[in-house]
Amino acid sequence: MDLNQLTIHELQEKLKAGETTSTDIVQSVFRRIDSVEKDVHAYILLTRDAALAEAARADEEIKKGRIQALTGIPIALKDLLCTRGVTTTCASRILHNYVPPYDATVVEKLRAAGAVFTGKTNMDEFAMGSSTETSWFGITRNPWDLERIPGGSSGGSAAAVAAGECIAAIGSDTGGSIRQPAALCGVVGMKPTYGRVSRYGLVAFASSLDQIGPFTRDVEDCAILMNVIAGYDPKESTSVPAEVPDYRQYVSRGIDGWTVGIPGEYFIEGIDAEVLEAVRKAIKVVEGLGAKCVEISLPHTEYCLAVYYIVAPAEASSNLARYDGVKYGFRSPEGRELLDMYKKSRSAGFGVEVKRRIMLGTYVLSSGYYDAYYKKASQVRALIKRDFDEAFRRCDVILTPTTPTPAFRIGEKTEDPLQMYLSDIFTISTNLAGIPGISVPCGFTRGGLPIGFQFLAGHMEEAKLIQIAGAYEKSANFEKRRPNL
Amino acid sequence: MKIKSDEVTHVANLARLEFTEAETEKFTSQLNGILLYMDMLNRVDTEGVAPMTHAIAQKNAFREDRAMESLPREETLANAPDARGDFFRVPKVID
Repeated sequence: MDLNQLTIHELQEKLKAGETTSTDIVQSVFRRIDSVEKDVHAYILLTRDAALAEAARADEEIKKGRIQALTGIPIALKDLLCTRGVTTTCASRILHNYVPPYDATVVEKLRAAGAVFTGKTNMDEFAMGSSTETSWFGITRNPWDLERIPGGSSGGSAAAVAAGECIAAIGSDTGGSIRQPAALCGVVGMKPTYGRVSRYGLVAFASSLDQIGPFTRDVEDCAILMNVIAGYDPKESTSVPAEVPDYRQYVSRGIDGWTVGIPGEYFIEGIDAEVLEAVRKAIKVVEGLGAKCVEISLPHTEYCLAVYYIVAPAEASSNLARYDGVKYGFRSPEGRELLDMYKKSRSAGFGVEVKRRIMLGTYVLSSGYYDAYYKKASQVRALIKRDFDEAFRRCDVILTPTTPTPAFRIGEKTEDPLQMYLSDIFTISTNLAGIPGISVPCGFTRGGLPIGFQFLAGHMEEAKLIQIAGAYEKSANFEKRRPNL
Repeated sequence: MKIKSDEVTHVANLARLEFTEAETEKFTSQLNGILLYMDMLNRVDTEGVAPMTHAIAQKNAFREDRAMESLPREETLANAPDARGDFFRVPKVID
């Protein structure tokens, strides 16, 4: 198998044994990019020269016996993580030329652990979307079927990992933007607890929901990346000062005697029959591992989408007020006076979905509507959180499908925003409650599209997710396919 | 109708956006659809429920009042569409 298809831990073994070099790995990844990127378009920007220089440095370190958690491993970054001296666009015209003067904390940590950066991955503009069709730089295609979307908003990161265009990637998840594309591209994706991973240097979308997390080919790689990126950051005021366990220790511990909650509200009409079948099969596997699966109820589930599409646009309309054509990014040359310049820059700089959400957010926060929408939504959000608190008194983790359907066709939902929003119906509650979730592959449709399911746990319990996902992955043992590109 | 086109224009102005007539019409119809969907929240009894503003129970994060290193001014200004000397330049605000 080509080096670009292996996992972090497999490559580390080879690097340690002297069977390969970081330069070989990075060259293999870029050869793969050269052959498939024209079809997939996972990246907005490739940093090949820098990556080869970093690989050469990594090889020097390895020769000296200094191997860290990610030494020499090619990693892709979603293009909303600030990278010093490297354009960070958020897939938006309004930031198309923005060159950050600093690194995001996550980027700093990955760099310090020896990672090699391959480039910046494509995404929905400002992470607003479920299909990576709203990027100003063009769409990304699903490596398993080029006529279909890879999911979103971190579609580029998911597609790059699935296609062998990097070994692992970083994304962000505000309403499912890591787990949904991970499921649709057949890779592992984790959204950590709110506050677990520092967001310093993450371009903000919805500040009470955003969280950074990894895309990997297996659960062990997810643990390896979490070990590097998790932890308190004094630069980020919502970062939680809690101990970070060694997640890798949990991959093979097993789950004998655990209780797994299955919420009835997530097995509804309208969910694709093949998805349902695959998830039911996964439940059987989990039971076979010695866990007891019990039915639980999360009674406010049906309100999650409505709450999310009030809270997230409200926060976004405030966060995106900073793009005014003054300090960075795009400025319309047509504005004759200041107010006119603001309006023309923002109207030409943002895409239609971003404008729709700014409008929705501004409306629900505007005088006379605040109580009816934002306050009401924040109250229902408290009830959604309470549902989870009560559920976790009865079970260790919760198991649900990640998405109601496999990857849909390009253009299928772009004209109907509400239909597009519904594709996040199973992932949004996690963000509203601030809890962690992990999406794990659980098979394929007969047409060859990947299917995923997710585990959810209480605050700061990512280790439990690694533990059960690791146990599942080992015993599910379904055919390990790679996309035929 | 939840929202009419003149309200859409008003909200656009608050958001510092401007639309063509066709765009305003499309947004009006789409926002109506989305806002109608939100009506389902009225079915939930939230009497006495405190609004949730944070995903985790955390107090305000204070740090010591100590000057820290800032980004150099040249780097901060480097991304500006129009900068002169130590300033961001903008079109005129008043006549």
